[in-house]
Amino acid sequence: MSIPLSWYLVLAAALFCIGLYGVLVRKNAIAILLGVELMLNAVNINLVAFWRYLDPAQMAGQAFAVIVFAVAAAEVAVGLALIISVYRRRKTVVADEIDLMKW
Amino acid sequence: MATETFIWLLPLPPLLAFFLIVLFTNKNKALSHGVAVGAAALSWLGSMIVFIQALGVEEFGKHVFESTINWLPTGETWLQIGVRIDPLGAAVLFFVAWTVLMIFIYSIGYHNFGQPAGDHDHPGLPPHGATITDAHGHKHTVPSVEPMYSRFFAFIGLFAFGMYTLVVSNNLLTLFVGWEIMGLCSYLLIGFWYGKPSARNAAIKAFMTTRIGDVFMLLGIAWLYSYTGSLSFSEIFRPEVLENMGNTMAFARLAHSLPGVWPFLSGFSVAGAIGILLFIGTIGKSAQWPLHVWLPDAMEGPTPVSAMIHAATMVSAGVYAAIRMFPLLHADQSGYALTVVAFIGAFTALFAATIAVAQNDIKRVLAYSTISQLGFMIAALGIGAYVAAAFHLVTHAFFKALLFLGSGSVIHGMEHGVLHTGNHHVDPQDMFNMGGLRKKMPITFWTFLIGGFALSGFPVITAGFWSKDEILADAFAHGHWAVFITLAVAAFLTAFYTMRQITLTFLGEPRTEEARHAQETPWTMTAPLVVLAFFAVTYGWVGIPEHFPLLGGLVPNWFHEFVGSTLAEHPEAAPFSPIPLLTSLGVALGGLFFGWLVYRNVKSPAEDKLQIPVLKNKWYFDEAYDFLFVKPSYWLAEKFTYLFLDRGVIDGILHSVARFSLFLGHAFRNYFDKPVVNELIGDGTANLVKTSGQKLRYIQVGRVQSYMLVSTFVLVLFAVLYYFLLA
Repeated sequence: MSIPLSWYLVLAAALFCIGLYGVLVRKNAIAILLGVELMLNAVNINLVAFWRYLDPAQMAGQAFAVIVFAVAAAEVAVGLALIISVYRRRKTVVADEIDLMKW
Repeated sequence: MATETFIWLLPLPPLLAFFLIVLFTNKNKALSHGVAVGAAALSWLGSMIVFIQALGVEEFGKHVFESTINWLPTGETWLQIGVRIDPLGAAVLFFVAWTVLMIFIYSIGYHNFGQPAGDHDHPGLPPHGATITDAHGHKHTVPSVEPMYSRFFAFIGLFAFGMYTLVVSNNLLTLFVGWEIMGLCSYLLIGFWYGKPSARNAAIKAFMTTRIGDVFMLLGIAWLYSYTGSLSFSEIFRPEVLENMGNTMAFARLAHSLPGVWPFLSGFSVAGAIGILLFIGTIGKSAQWPLHVWLPDAMEGPTPVSAMIHAATMVSAGVYAAIRMFPLLHADQSGYALTVVAFIGAFTALFAATIAVAQNDIKRVLAYSTISQLGFMIAALGIGAYVAAAFHLVTHAFFKALLFLGSGSVIHGMEHGVLHTGNHHVDPQDMFNMGGLRKKMPITFWTFLIGGFALSGFPVITAGFWSKDEILADAFAHGHWAVFITLAVAAFLTAFYTMRQITLTFLGEPRTEEARHAQETPWTMTAPLVVLAFFAVTYGWVGIPEHFPLLGGLVPNWFHEFVGSTLAEHPEAAPFSPIPLLTSLGVALGGLFFGWLVYRNVKSPAEDKLQIPVLKNKWYFDEAYDFLFVKPSYWLAEKFTYLFLDRGVIDGILHSVARFSLFLGHAFRNYFDKPVVNELIGDGTANLVKTSGQKLRYIQVGRVQSYMLVSTFVLVLFAVLYYFLLA
């Protein structure tokens, strides 16, 4: 127990920022999806770290982490399905080119 | 059946006949008059049975037929209504039953039952005659049947119901109900030929004029009820009640606050004041001065109506009510009430007689004569001659109904002549167009002569002599000199105009072609004349004074004993005196003689010296009332109520309210609704949304990552704000 909580939080923040950066700057839709996964996992690290350090008697932190896994898996499934569908129609996975909703 | 129950049923057959005719039989003329005459005959039969039973009762004045029922609950007590036949009621019932039945029968002939329908008759106008072709191919004009035949019988049925109700009532309330039913029927029947403007106006005039009296009468009834708590005759005429009312000053407070200002009013007792209020009802109904103006105009109605309503029953009902109220008038300690009654009666008797002298319409002479004779009765009542008033009431009803029906028969005969010559400009009612009718219409002539002599008071044989003589004798015996002289002069004029009428109508030679072709009327008209003539003679014999020379005591003075017993205090018969007897002999015979002497050779109105404008124009009463009441009423209605009040004030207020609302509406619309609600709120919201949408659409770049960037930026911004400002 020599590693303090703050290290975990710093790690999670770094991971979150890398994910966010990926989401905002990458053109490939799949890469954006990867960024989102990173952000979700950063949240997971936070949840598990807080659980372990602040209130290990409760199961809530772990339970949340598990739910986030499930949601992330579902999200990836839906996201990949959307990207495949878009690719089939537009022959591209570049986010900038998918701009039908433009004014 | 008990007699009391029987009396309850007396008024009902004519009412039933009214409804039957109105609802079912009105299409069938024979059935309608059958129902009506049948109902009148039933009531007549019932009345005769009641009358004969009344004769059989010992001391009938003390043991009257009376029966009451509770009608309206008034707190802890009941307002009772009921029937009562006492000696006065029985005497009145007798003549009402006879005259009503006779007039019903007469109406069949008068309205030309059995004749063909007219060529161009309209409902609401008198029949004009029908053309028929006989077996030889000649065309004749004959009288045509009345177009509204059934309606007439329905109306007179309703009228008879009202009269019977009034006679059998034991209280003022149902008496007043019958009184008003008759007022309505009078209106309906005067206006029976409503197509004639004169008939319409006469109907309205009669209704309005009698209404004035009725309102006062209702006031009197209300006062009486609030004072005694009862309206039944037996209650209000109890001696202690009468004494109390007679001794209480009616206007004590008024007299106290205005001492000396109202010496006349302050003398009035409650009894006198109520009596006068009720008497004003009589003034209206019995056409006494100053409310006499409606009766002559009412002659516009069919003649049976004139006979029934305006001679025999309804106007008699007014006198009957006054006779009924005699104990009340008599109870007035000051005696003012009776003085007022005597003055009005005597004045009317003379005043109407003077007018009758100058009238040329056969029915109008009789109308004024009726007013005058009713004045005799009222005057008799005013001097306390209770029995004489009742006696004259009964005899007058018989001979005046006879005279009216006779005049109707004459008019009918003359109309026959008019149809024969075809000259419709000849007025069949103008006596100067007649003359010599005694040969053409013998039954009508003889019965009219009997009626006319009875009216004049032809000595000994006619009923009118005995009743009029009794009034004069009473006036003389009690020292009422003014009344005595006035009535004597009026009696002279009565005989004079009656003989004038008979002379002009029946004597001499026919003055027109129409009179030459006049024809006697059918039996349905002459038979009632004969019956009524019988009573016009014989009814006087029941009231011959006991001390009359030669004849007195041969027949007991039944009428005096019988009717006199109605009063609590039995009135004394006036002692015999030769002066009133000689007076009535003198005025009757003198009047008849002068009437004949003056008019036997008169050929046209121009030769008639007595056609003085003031008499001819009825002392200008119509004109005066027109000027004093009718014109101001019209002015009030037209100029003040309509133009000023209604159009000016009320409409003005309403219009300004409308204008103000309009202004307010405009203001709201232009300064609030349009700019604020419509533009600012309504259009403004839409415009705002539209404009902001248009402006903000450019941020929809369609690139997911730029949205994300903005979201992140905003999130960071909020987080920073939260951190620095709130945490």
